[in-house]
Amino acid sequence: MSMTKESDTNDGIGARQQTSFRSIVSHNLLRPVIGNSFGVKEGKMWGILRQKAGGFTGVSSQGLGLRLWPVTSALRNYSSATKEMTVRDALNSALDEEMAADPNVFVMGEEVGEYQGAYKITKGLLDKYGPERVVDTPITEAGFAGIGVGSAYHGLRPVIEFMTFNFSMQAIDHIINSAAKSNYMSAGQINVPIVFRGPNGPAAGVGAQHSQCYGAWYGSVPGLKVLVPYSSEDARGLLKAAIRDPDPVVFLENELLYGESFPVSAEALDSSFCLPIGKAKIEREGKDITITAFSKMVGYALKAAEILEKEGISAEVINLRSIRPLDRATINASVRKTNRLVTVEEGFPQHGVGAEICASVVEDSFGYLDAPVERIAGADVPTPYAANLERMAFPQIEDIVRAAKRACYRAVPMAASAS
Amino acid sequence: MSISSGPKIIRPITLQPCNRSSDNPILSDHRITTFIGSTRTLRLTQSISSSQRRSASTIVAVSDVAKRKSNKNLLLTKEEGLEVYEDMILGRAFEDMCAQMYYRGKMFGFVHLYNGQEAVSSGFIKLLKKEDSVVSTYRDHVHALSKGVPARAVMSELFGKTTGCCRGQGGSMHMFSAEHNVLGGFAFIGEGIPVATGAAFTSKYKREVLKEADCDHVTLAFFGDGTANNGQFFECLNMAALWKLPIVFVVENNLWAIGMSHLRATSDPAIWKKGPAFGMPGVHVDGMDVLKVREVAKDAIGRARRGEGPTLVECETYRFRGHSLADPDELRDPNEKARYAARDPITALKKYLIESKLASEAELKAIEKKVDEVVEDAVEFADESPVPSRSQLLENVFADPRGFGIGPDGRYRCEDPKFTQGTAQV
Repeated sequence: MSMTKESDTNDGIGARQQTSFRSIVSHNLLRPVIGNSFGVKEGKMWGILRQKAGGFTGVSSQGLGLRLWPVTSALRNYSSATKEMTVRDALNSALDEEMAADPNVFVMGEEVGEYQGAYKITKGLLDKYGPERVVDTPITEAGFAGIGVGSAYHGLRPVIEFMTFNFSMQAIDHIINSAAKSNYMSAGQINVPIVFRGPNGPAAGVGAQHSQCYGAWYGSVPGLKVLVPYSSEDARGLLKAAIRDPDPVVFLENELLYGESFPVSAEALDSSFCLPIGKAKIEREGKDITITAFSKMVGYALKAAEILEKEGISAEVINLRSIRPLDRATINASVRKTNRLVTVEEGFPQHGVGAEICASVVEDSFGYLDAPVERIAGADVPTPYAANLERMAFPQIEDIVRAAKRACYRAVPMAASAS
Repeated sequence: MSISSGPKIIRPITLQPCNRSSDNPILSDHRITTFIGSTRTLRLTQSISSSQRRSASTIVAVSDVAKRKSNKNLLLTKEEGLEVYEDMILGRAFEDMCAQMYYRGKMFGFVHLYNGQEAVSSGFIKLLKKEDSVVSTYRDHVHALSKGVPARAVMSELFGKTTGCCRGQGGSMHMFSAEHNVLGGFAFIGEGIPVATGAAFTSKYKREVLKEADCDHVTLAFFGDGTANNGQFFECLNMAALWKLPIVFVVENNLWAIGMSHLRATSDPAIWKKGPAFGMPGVHVDGMDVLKVREVAKDAIGRARRGEGPTLVECETYRFRGHSLADPDELRDPNEKARYAARDPITALKKYLIESKLASEAELKAIEKKVDEVVEDAVEFADESPVPSRSQLLENVFADPRGFGIGPDGRYRCEDPKFTQGTAQV
């Protein structure tokens, strides 16, 4: 089974800004995709399909999809290139397949059963697997996270859902002290094959207590693996890898990405597909500047890269996929090629993921840097509610463009224009 | 082995409000707990009102259940008696040796000793099978010993040597043993309770989902009086009763949480009452008497094994030493300490065994001597063991050999076609 290489057509759109287009792009698993010979899909004319250094050569010929045309199930009996799948469906299908494959896997959380999941990620699982394997809990994060850990000590493979990762703060003692540290404290006797998943980071207008990004907090704890998928393929592959992994994994999703569709190769739809943990993906190759991002910001970075392309700056966008272990090799190799770095994240700036990337690059590739590292993060304030303030509190595409130009020593204003 | 003359009736739990007078919370005559026999007897011997709790009258350390049994229907056989006695002596000798070693500098950090509470550990854990699990707090040396972890392994762990049960990486507060199903050793109070509930959940899951029909493993969660005020405790009482998990919540109420008296910290000091509030029996037992504890434990563990759900057992006990070896222990009244010292569980059991002619002085002395040798041997072993090698620092962070999803053959595990377990049908 070969790993997925770079996919081609991620034109990740910041969902908040593109809501008007959602009605067109409402693909689901069962709807056949009608494409022309260039692989351009119906309804996607507004996005510019960027290919990997090759122009419009058609989606699937570059990717591995056609080369590994699988024995398909009845769902996939159309002849055109790749399918589209929402992140929600990707997560749901990954959970479904893993629960079918291993009876030790069970899902536990608030509203995962009869409500079909607070964000419908676990839709249909209760009917398929029953209430013993899809467990609705009372509102007791500390309690059920600990129960998950205790059951993992004995070899079950729980998938604990937090309605948002903000609520994981009530259970953080168990994530860190009884899950992350246990294999070490017991000197390898007891490992904890648990997955903590849920939406992370800001959504739209949900206020300060529902908008924090926890990538940096969990990313600093030895004993945890922290994954941050972006596209549907990421979501499927990384969740499957996380469930099969014998260690505790914190799986940070994004609420606004749930409804977004991404093309998935046929290989990704196979039930034994999974992605390696700790490897970043170069979403778009470039030679002038490296932009690292994770989760929703990958979409923004890709859009920023398109804008920069028009101005003559070729940006390389790295989708981190994994905050812990951080793929320092890929990041450093990219910086050594381009000599400039912009890190993008939605979390708070101090001690953030970007800070760690910057330190890693300074330690390993200092001589290769032609400009100071630009760090873009959320504003150093609790998230405001008002829509215009919230927009200012999180990175926007213009911020990334400006930072990239600054790193390339083009004259740009420091602050955003009044909006 | 049944001790009561009548049939043992375990009635289903009814959620009735406790109708008790507010100034006598310890006195019980509530109907909700369903353990007949010794429990009711022993509660009536403890007529202490809450206001007089601190200066309770001396309770003679004789098991009054034994006194009742003049018809030779003894509480335990000779083997059981000697086993329990040896376990308690081992706990006491081990902890005393820990104190000595600490003051000699061989042990360091936080060390919390269990002197005085041995009856709870021996009374409960000696009734368990090897597959049953025990989850404890930082005061876990004796729980590990009772469950079967060798004294050598525990002592080496305390010395920080690589031959310890956790290779020196856990320490005093984090005793783990996969072989003996000791699931820790947690420093945060209340942290072990959800983990224990999870272990009990696994038992039920294995029975119902994985169809291992005879899986009746029980989990014991040990914790203290201070923990009974913690949110996680209540969350787990709720879920354990809701899902009828095979767990026994054992409260070792030694009246003090470091320097905070239980009465100063708790609105209603009767912890056993919190059980019925969540729909499970709540039992209060004299934790200085191993025979009473054993009776209650048999009932509670039996209930859990039969699938009838959890039980909350409050053991009134006392720690003879301070909270930890660094605790000057100035706040406790010396009279209180003297009173409880007179109720030393080991002395009580010794007296019982001799008076009921289950064992002779010589046999008990032989056991004490044997235990002394075991403990000394453990110290020697630990002393001579090597400290962990430098390479051990970075080991065991992940179960994954290289932490990145990389398998033993050096390739990413997800590349391996056999990585899928079973067949997925979507």
